[in-house]
Amino acid sequence: MDFVAVQFLTGLASACALFLVACGLSIIFGVTRIVNFAHGSFFMVGAYGAYSLSGALMPLLGGLGFWLALPLAALGVGLLGALVEVAVLRRLYRSHELFQLLATFGLVLVIKDAALITWGPQDLLGPRAPGAAGAVTVLGEQIPEYDLVLIALGPLVLAGLWLLFHRTRWGVLVRAATQDREMVGALGVDQKKLFTGVVFLGSALAGLGGAVQIPREAANLNMDLNIIAEVFAVTVVGGMGSIAGPFLAALLVAQLNAFGILILPEISIVLLFLVMAVVLVLRPQGLLGRKELAGSATHGAPESPLRPEGWTLGLIGLAVLLALAALPLVAGGYQLSVASEILIFALFAASLQFIMGVGGMISFGHAAYLGLGAYAVALSVTHWHAPMTGALALAPVAGALGALVFGWFCVRLSGVYLAMLTLAFAQIAWAVAFQWVGLTGGDNGLLGIWPAAWASAPAAFYWLTLGLVAAAVLLLRRIVFAPFGYGLRASRDSTLRAEAVGIHTRRQRWYGFTLAGAFAGLAGGLYAFAKGSVFPEVLSIPMSLDALVMVLLGGVQTLAGPLVGAAVFDGLQTWLMSETDYWRAIVGAGVVALCVAFPRGLVGNLRALQESRRDTPAVSEEGASG
Amino acid sequence: MLSVRALEVLYGRAQVLFGVGFDVPGGQVTALMGRNGAGKSTTLKALMGLVPPASGEIRLDGRRVDGWPPYRIARAGLGYVAEDRRIFPDMTVAENLEVGRRAPADGRAPWTVAEVERLFPNLADLRDRRAGQTSGGEQQMLAVARTLMGNPRLLLLDEPSEGLAPVIVQQMAAAVRALKAGGVTVLLSEQNLRFAGSVADRAVVLEKGAVRFDGAMAALADDPALRHTYLAL
Ligand SMILES: Nc1ncnc2c1ncn2[C@@H]1O[C@H](COP(=O)(O)OP(=O)(O)OP(=O)(O)O)[C@@H](O)[C@H]1O
Ligand SMILES: [Mg+2]
Repeated sequence: MDFVAVQFLTGLASACALFLVACGLSIIFGVTRIVNFAHGSFFMVGAYGAYSLSGALMPLLGGLGFWLALPLAALGVGLLGALVEVAVLRRLYRSHELFQLLATFGLVLVIKDAALITWGPQDLLGPRAPGAAGAVTVLGEQIPEYDLVLIALGPLVLAGLWLLFHRTRWGVLVRAATQDREMVGALGVDQKKLFTGVVFLGSALAGLGGAVQIPREAANLNMDLNIIAEVFAVTVVGGMGSIAGPFLAALLVAQLNAFGILILPEISIVLLFLVMAVVLVLRPQGLLGRKELAGSATHGAPESPLRPEGWTLGLIGLAVLLALAALPLVAGGYQLSVASEILIFALFAASLQFIMGVGGMISFGHAAYLGLGAYAVALSVTHWHAPMTGALALAPVAGALGALVFGWFCVRLSGVYLAMLTLAFAQIAWAVAFQWVGLTGGDNGLLGIWPAAWASAPAAFYWLTLGLVAAAVLLLRRIVFAPFGYGLRASRDSTLRAEAVGIHTRRQRWYGFTLAGAFAGLAGGLYAFAKGSVFPEVLSIPMSLDALVMVLLGGVQTLAGPLVGAAVFDGLQTWLMSETDYWRAIVGAGVVALCVAFPRGLVGNLRALQESRRDTPAVSEEGASG
Repeated sequence: MLSVRALEVLYGRAQVLFGVGFDVPGGQVTALMGRNGAGKSTTLKALMGLVPPASGEIRLDGRRVDGWPPYRIARAGLGYVAEDRRIFPDMTVAENLEVGRRAPADGRAPWTVAEVERLFPNLADLRDRRAGQTSGGEQQMLAVARTLMGNPRLLLLDEPSEGLAPVIVQQMAAAVRALKAGGVTVLLSEQNLRFAGSVADRAVVLEKGAVRFDGAMAALADDPALRHTYLAL
């Protein structure tokens, strides 16, 4: 019994950071309608910042230095957030949500590499909190005093925020902007300043969440994405745009973790799933969220419809295929292995394009299914000595199964909620692969996954890859123009109308999601054999980002796009990696720049250009600025 | 006080206003009339900067304000009440008024909560009610009161009588007349000739995005042919 009480208090203490970060995310989203994927990065910078500041201040001020370091770190992170708002977010408020998400996704990479440069790769454990370093005895059990500080901090911040939003003019304006920001502008409020202020506040909360963690958890470079997955789960459960919702949900999730860990470390993740499942089924907008905010995606201009290729294009495709098949005649081993990798990524990107372009679902965690396929191959080869063909056949099954389970949740949501959930699932899959060392080897990965003798020569493996990828891509195209594909597009364009003609849209989207998972899984299986090893990175967020960038480079609505995008991106990345260690930051910065420079996407801007050429007088399509 | 010249507005590639031009003299009530879809709301939104004009000029006291963001136009003295009211439903009536509050640019005495409640007595009992839970008429009054809290010199009212019970329409008309008496210039869009006729000094009639009549309200009210052609009455 006493033990249960102690565990309960530990859960409450852990909820504090989760609440601070989630509530910051929720506040920023409420006003700007942007889900800031870099919010976990602000949390991480808060922890590192508090580490450095307390290291600098404590020799001067003693214990006071530590307690000063925490709010100062929060302040610094708030300023960083304000800077990001002015430099990046502000330019995206009118963009399609895909670009908003993608830009903040790019920021994650930039901030991670910046942290690596500033603080180095090693974990940094902060000092114990002066004045709260001991333990108190509660019901006969020892509880760290610092945990009690954290338990008090959550409700205090909640109360402070409530006062801010209900008792100050600034807070009232923020709440008004959450409901109708355009009208707030028409009433004479300068939205720019208001938005910068809100992002400052939300970022500072994330920074505070990171800062208060340092006596409990070493600052490290994985903090950003680890917390963001949990935070997304918390905000989906609690409801975006609300403050009390994340508080409730953080308590719930932290308690699940505290008690789940006692039973089986992996079970806490399952419990999280169950809570999410129940909430999403009963209240898709979250416990305290508002319906309209959970609503549909902001669709851009209607896309020109996909058409089946005519026979000329078919001929071109055939010619390209033949040329690719002839590549081993001229290319050497290294070029062939690069070419195989590009083909594999082309399939991966094509499977993502299928759910994004055809299904209208934005996935920020597609690497989960690539990784499941890769791990299915690696596990069956290393643990059960499966032959190559058998292992490879397992890969799409594993991807499909994962997508079947995750997809069941995901297809209930749309727009940013969907994106958040897909990312959360991918990060959970990553965490399992990273932590379940006994099965997956953890960070050391699984090695020695070589193709069978008949496929071990670079040319043979290349031909095998080409054959499978070509067959899979052709199959995907068949599906797009089969009744199933039309149904999926109908579900994307208008749920109501699709339901009216008898399409079960949610099931349609679920099957589409699963199918994409199968193709990604196949790509993952090939990837494992191509590399000879599998590491948790294959499931990681940057891998999901790669796929998104490939799809965007090639165009979301063109079927050949992912293939071109994969070739361009993979080629570029291979070159960058050979030039610098910080290539992720460069990729991230490139993504941010692309999103800011082309707020309607490369394709949208091209189309706008064409249209403005066609009839010059058509001027501004954009809404008023402000 | 306000002059509009050759105003053109496009939604995407569809043109809605074709060279609209008219003047709003200070101290008077001007009614912008026209059938459904004539472009009345679009004109008011363009004046407020909520939709960007593709071309044309909007001058407030001789100063060009087209292309400005809405908050600057509001600070220059324009107040806007939307057709669909756009109150903040999750906030109380008092908080809605607070969002609108802004000191007047010149030295005039500012509107206070007590004064707007005197203008719309119904609001006095509702201060702590969530705005979303008030009636349509109360929301319309709140929307006007909220904009008045910003001390506009020129008030844009988009169909203030739409969908309201006759008693409330009469209260709105009384309020408009009181505003005029208090020195506020009003430009209101209206389909209801009876309401417009009871408050407006001048009328501008729009049809298919162009001005078809611009003159005294009495002239429009006395001309059945004109009314019939452009207002379907
Ligand atoms: N956001 C928009 N996008 C595209 N077209 C629009 C939009 N808003 C209005 N329109 C079109 O512009 C035209 C003028 O609309 P507007 O709302 O200005 O008319 P109105 O005179 O206010 O009509 P009502 O009496 O119905 O309010 C209409 O044909 C309408 O369909
Ligand atoms: Mg209208």
